[in-house]
Amino acid sequence: MIFDYYNYWIVIFLMMAGFYIVIAHDNLIKKIIGLNIFQAAVFVMYISFGKVSGGTAPIIADGLTVYSNPLPHVLILTAIVVGVATTALGLALVVRINEAYGTIEDDEIHEAEEQEP
Amino acid sequence: MTDQLAALIVVIPLVGAPLCMLVRYRDWSWAVATVCTWGSFACSWAVLQQVIAGGPISYHMGGWAPPIGIEYRVDLANAFVLLIVTGIGSVMMPYARESIRAEFGTSRVYFFYTSYLLCYCGLLGVTITGDAFNLFVFLEINSLATYVLVAMGKDRRALTAAYQYLVLGTIGATFIVIGIGLLYAQTGTLNLYDLATRIEDLGPNRTIGAAFGFLIVGISLKLALFPLHLWLPNAYTYSPSMVSAFLAATATKVAVYVLLRFLFSVFNYELTFDALPLDIILAGLALMAMFAASTVAIFQTNMKRMLAYSSVAQIGYIVLGISFASAAGVTAGILHLFNHALIKGGMFLALGCIFYRLATVNIDKLDGIGKRMPFSTAAFVIGGLGLIGVPLTAGFITKWYLVIAAIERGWWPLGLLVLLSSLLAVIYVWRFVETAYLKPVPEDAEPVEEAPGSLLFPTWILIIASIYFGINTDLPVGVSIEAAKQLTGAGG
Repeated sequence: MIFDYYNYWIVIFLMMAGFYIVIAHDNLIKKIIGLNIFQAAVFVMYISFGKVSGGTAPIIADGLTVYSNPLPHVLILTAIVVGVATTALGLALVVRINEAYGTIEDDEIHEAEEQEP
Repeated sequence: MTDQLAALIVVIPLVGAPLCMLVRYRDWSWAVATVCTWGSFACSWAVLQQVIAGGPISYHMGGWAPPIGIEYRVDLANAFVLLIVTGIGSVMMPYARESIRAEFGTSRVYFFYTSYLLCYCGLLGVTITGDAFNLFVFLEINSLATYVLVAMGKDRRALTAAYQYLVLGTIGATFIVIGIGLLYAQTGTLNLYDLATRIEDLGPNRTIGAAFGFLIVGISLKLALFPLHLWLPNAYTYSPSMVSAFLAATATKVAVYVLLRFLFSVFNYELTFDALPLDIILAGLALMAMFAASTVAIFQTNMKRMLAYSSVAQIGYIVLGISFASAAGVTAGILHLFNHALIKGGMFLALGCIFYRLATVNIDKLDGIGKRMPFSTAAFVIGGLGLIGVPLTAGFITKWYLVIAAIERGWWPLGLLVLLSSLLAVIYVWRFVETAYLKPVPEDAEPVEEAPGSLLFPTWILIIASIYFGINTDLPVGVSIEAAKQLTGAGG
């Protein structure tokens, strides 16, 4: 019963793992990695529910009538691009933060900020 | 030509953004951005007139008919939000030139205008689109541009503020994608209006319920509903003045519109307010926002930070209106969306004028500022009166409608609480008045000129508009009532 929906269990596991990393880690780069895992979980969710049992790749050919739904896959291509852009921007910010504070640990940055007016 | 206007609203700034990057030279990129924002404003004004005259417009992107193709659907509610965003975005352009030169430097100023246009375009796209996934894409265009804009602040804390916003914003956006994905898995469509009918046909359903939860939490993060507002104070405090003003006036407002659209147009009334006690939840959170955020605002020494917390509180008023789930409540919500955009935009611009000359907006440094920069200070104070809700200001009109809606809903104690929380606004505005007018100018203060006209002019336009729409309320009230009727019409 549980294994009928194994794809969703994988999604939930990945999602929670990513979310936990974002919350629990102080290192700014690790947070971005966590965010990536979190987003990847959503990609897997979309792609897995586009699959039709017994369906093939959505390319028209003789003798095939059942195809997987290509729309979620296309949507996720867009979402992947958005994810890449977010990661790139996040990493760029981390570089700037490192230049400005000399550290990428959240707690040390916090200490430095508290001393400012 | 006129039937392409709906698309042009979004296309003009989208094309303008790379153009800004290409021309590079600072005044040219400013000119490109100004032309684009005003062009888009003209289009949305025309579209609003079309909608008032002929009812909702449906524009099919690339000629593909919905629900397969992407549809742009403009009814009164989003035509009004489009007008707010484009109007404020264009009025602020003259301000941008001087203010950004002072706060960001001159050498790479075209980066600012490129990001600004992308941010502007994303907000408009979110508002106008009738397709759930398209909404997400525009939301991310807007968010990514916003992170860049916030990080352009002079203070190094702008970087950490932008980073924090990026993490929380991405989590919010991802929640929205999860919600949209679940809706698609259950109904097989992404068109918002098609979704509405299919959800209605399906009846109560656990997947739809989960999608609803993810969407509401994701959108609430974007609109900074208490207690999901943590990204907001830092982002508004450390970003350049122009950016704080633009974001405070438009970004959260568009998120409120998305919330309205999903609550009333996509999900039906039974699911939203009968299956879940969402009205109670939203009202509770809104009240906490009104009181907690206003109280925190009282104790801030940085005036920009004070305004940021006050924004969280004001979003509470808007959400409170929505939580009544009645036409009157939604009217109050939409009305405050408009009025608060004018008031808070104007106040942030006024602070920007002071920042332009003094390079600080800390309350200890503002003793006697009313005598040193009379016009900027007066603008801020008049805006403050609007925040409190003094009669003859736009803020009063909203509170009036909000209290009436509360009584009509039978929740009259909430009406009292709205008035009580206004007293908190009196306190934080009074602190500024006292410092600005009653304290003497320090003797060692260097002489300060009033801010240049290009900064004062947009500030006063917004402030005067907030007074004008407090006296002549035909346009905002008329449109809000009709828009609220259209939104709540389906579910009662």
